[in-house]
Amino acid sequence: MELNVLMYLVPAIVMFGCGVYGFLTRKNMIAIMISLELMLNAVDINFVVFNRYLFPGQMEGMMFTLFAIAIAAAETALALAIIINVFRAVRNVDISEISKLKF
Amino acid sequence: MPFSYSIAVVALPLLMFLVLGLLDDRLGRRTAGVIGTVAMLVTTVLAYGVALTYFFGTGQGQIVDGIRQTVTVWNPAWLTFTEDLVVRMGIALDPIAAMMLVVITTVSLMVHLYSLGYMSNHEGEPEKGYQRYYAFLGLFTFSMLGLVVATNIFQVFIFFEMVGVSSYLLIGFYYTSPAAVHASKKAFIVTRLADLFFLLGIMILSFYTRTFDFESLVGTGGVAASGALGSAHGGTFMGISIMAWALTFIFIGGAGKSAMYPLHIWLPDAMEGPTPVSALIHAATMVVAGVYLVAKLFPLYVLEQGAMDVIAVVGAFTAFYAAAIACTQSDIKRALAFSTISQIAFMMTSLAVSSSDGALIEIHGGYGLGYMASMFHLFTHAMFKALLFLCAGAIIHAVGSNENSAMHGLHKHMPITSIAFLIGCLAIAGIPPFAGFWSKDEILVACYAKGLGWGLWMTMVAGLTAFYMFRLYLLIFFWSDHKQHGHHAPADAHWTMTVPLIILAAISVVAGFVPAHDMVTCDGKPLHTQLDWTVAGSSVLVACLGIGLAWRLYYKENDAPERMKAAASGLWTAAYHRFYMDELYQFITHKVIFQCVSKPIAWFDRKVIDGTMNLMGTVTQYCAAMVRPLQSGKVQAYVLTYLIGALVLAAALIACVLI
Repeated sequence: MELNVLMYLVPAIVMFGCGVYGFLTRKNMIAIMISLELMLNAVDINFVVFNRYLFPGQMEGMMFTLFAIAIAAAETALALAIIINVFRAVRNVDISEISKLKF
Repeated sequence: MPFSYSIAVVALPLLMFLVLGLLDDRLGRRTAGVIGTVAMLVTTVLAYGVALTYFFGTGQGQIVDGIRQTVTVWNPAWLTFTEDLVVRMGIALDPIAAMMLVVITTVSLMVHLYSLGYMSNHEGEPEKGYQRYYAFLGLFTFSMLGLVVATNIFQVFIFFEMVGVSSYLLIGFYYTSPAAVHASKKAFIVTRLADLFFLLGIMILSFYTRTFDFESLVGTGGVAASGALGSAHGGTFMGISIMAWALTFIFIGGAGKSAMYPLHIWLPDAMEGPTPVSALIHAATMVVAGVYLVAKLFPLYVLEQGAMDVIAVVGAFTAFYAAAIACTQSDIKRALAFSTISQIAFMMTSLAVSSSDGALIEIHGGYGLGYMASMFHLFTHAMFKALLFLCAGAIIHAVGSNENSAMHGLHKHMPITSIAFLIGCLAIAGIPPFAGFWSKDEILVACYAKGLGWGLWMTMVAGLTAFYMFRLYLLIFFWSDHKQHGHHAPADAHWTMTVPLIILAAISVVAGFVPAHDMVTCDGKPLHTQLDWTVAGSSVLVACLGIGLAWRLYYKENDAPERMKAAASGLWTAAYHRFYMDELYQFITHKVIFQCVSKPIAWFDRKVIDGTMNLMGTVTQYCAAMVRPLQSGKVQAYVLTYLIGALVLAAALIACVLI
């Protein structure tokens, strides 16, 4: 069976939707972060797929994906550090309890 | 000596101001004083060199065809507003500028030296703020020197202001004393008000003549550049020519600095400053700035008889008014302050009567006798008035009070000061051969040439001068034996204070023999003067009468002054209270201006202008409070909002593309 572009895009969009849903509904900050990763990976898949099918001779999409993965790794480390610090400060990782960052 | 040295003359005091002012406490008190005095000595030597070269040297273009020229040493452009309107900042030497260099540096040097002793307590330890004091003296000297060598009228204005500022700083030197603070504010505000008119005058003048430069305004040798003035002569405003308005406004500026009636009220109060400052600023230099200004523009004033008449009337009235007040003052510095006002008024009057002394052209073979006499009197007066003030300082230092009731009979205790004071009194009274005689005599000749009335009036004031000066002298040094108040018996002061007295006394004796009529004339040509024996004789006679009367009344303790006071108590009280001018000012400012003008304006400002601003603030705050809950701090709510927004935008975009 010949794989076509939709076969990649549909799982990607499902992944992205799951990410958005998780991001909006989960209360645990770690879970929110996992949802965020999900969205990022969905986007990465999109990049690779569009590169492969629309511009087969070029490498930009691939490079971009690698780049995004690297950034995502750094960002995850940072986010985890923030979460740990928040936990130390308020003994809690429930996002609905943490709403002090306003005016 | 090359004239370029005059740059150093002006720059050195400025440098001293910066050095002493910036180093301040890092410099020892005594060191600061010595550095300031030595720098002033160098400045004085250079200034003398420049002035003597200007007057007696040759070969640098100072005299062409027997006429003294204005030598521009340095004149770079400073502010270029438009191509026509360029403000320059520079140094130009003309006879009066050269003379003023000598006057300012001499008096300033004496004051620097004198202050070494005066600004110390009785143990000889320098006072707090010594460095600041010397820095301000440097600033003042710089401003005054910059003023007199100005190449254009705008530069004069700037240095006028700087003189005002340094005067403010020095009057308020004892800033912990409320009286000094009050006096410094008063001096600054009054002179500043006058300077507003000065600025108006400059604007009008420069608008019509298209120039600020003295060179093109009055020209070398005092001949007015009538071409430049032609346009201004045409216009009139309220029936008076625009030129007369401009010149009168400029005179008001000068009158503020020179303490002419009714802008004189700041000068007596300015005596709150340290006494050497009074000698420097309020006797010898700053107060003659107004006279100097009028003299500098003299060729223009000559063309406007109306402006000249204003000056003559104001001057003649002020001379008498101040002399009358001086007769009743018991504070010796105040008496000297009023004497200064009176003498400055002499100079102003002399300048103003100068224009119409046509009759004198036949007698003396030149015009502008009054101008010459005024400048000569400025020179001699600076010397003997500085002397009198420094003597007063020595007395106050010894006795610890300004009131003459605390003095009496000091002659035995302070012989040097007494003799120096006597020389000053003789000089100001116009007794030959002391300095004041020669200059005052020429002023009187000029006044008689204007009209018999003017001459008689000024002679009467001269007699009054002799009377109040000797009243002061006799009440301080004779009258009764000295009743000691302090721990120490009063005695002649430290050498740093007596040496300036001796030097200035010597100058006051011989200054009258300076051939001013060859040196400072309005057209640059030597003026042939001779002693007019009727005028000289009558003025000496009147002066002797004044002295005799003072001697009769005040030499030995008696009740004649008290009886006279009682007989004319109303007049005496009025004069003692300076004819209630201060009260009048108080009334006008507090009751009329503050109540009727300032209060409504303040109300308008607070309620209407501030109200509008407050309203805008309140509305903004209210709106902000309404939108503020949008920022809830709930991260997921933000994301939801963002998502919805993004979807809506995407939908809209797609709809647009499809339709």
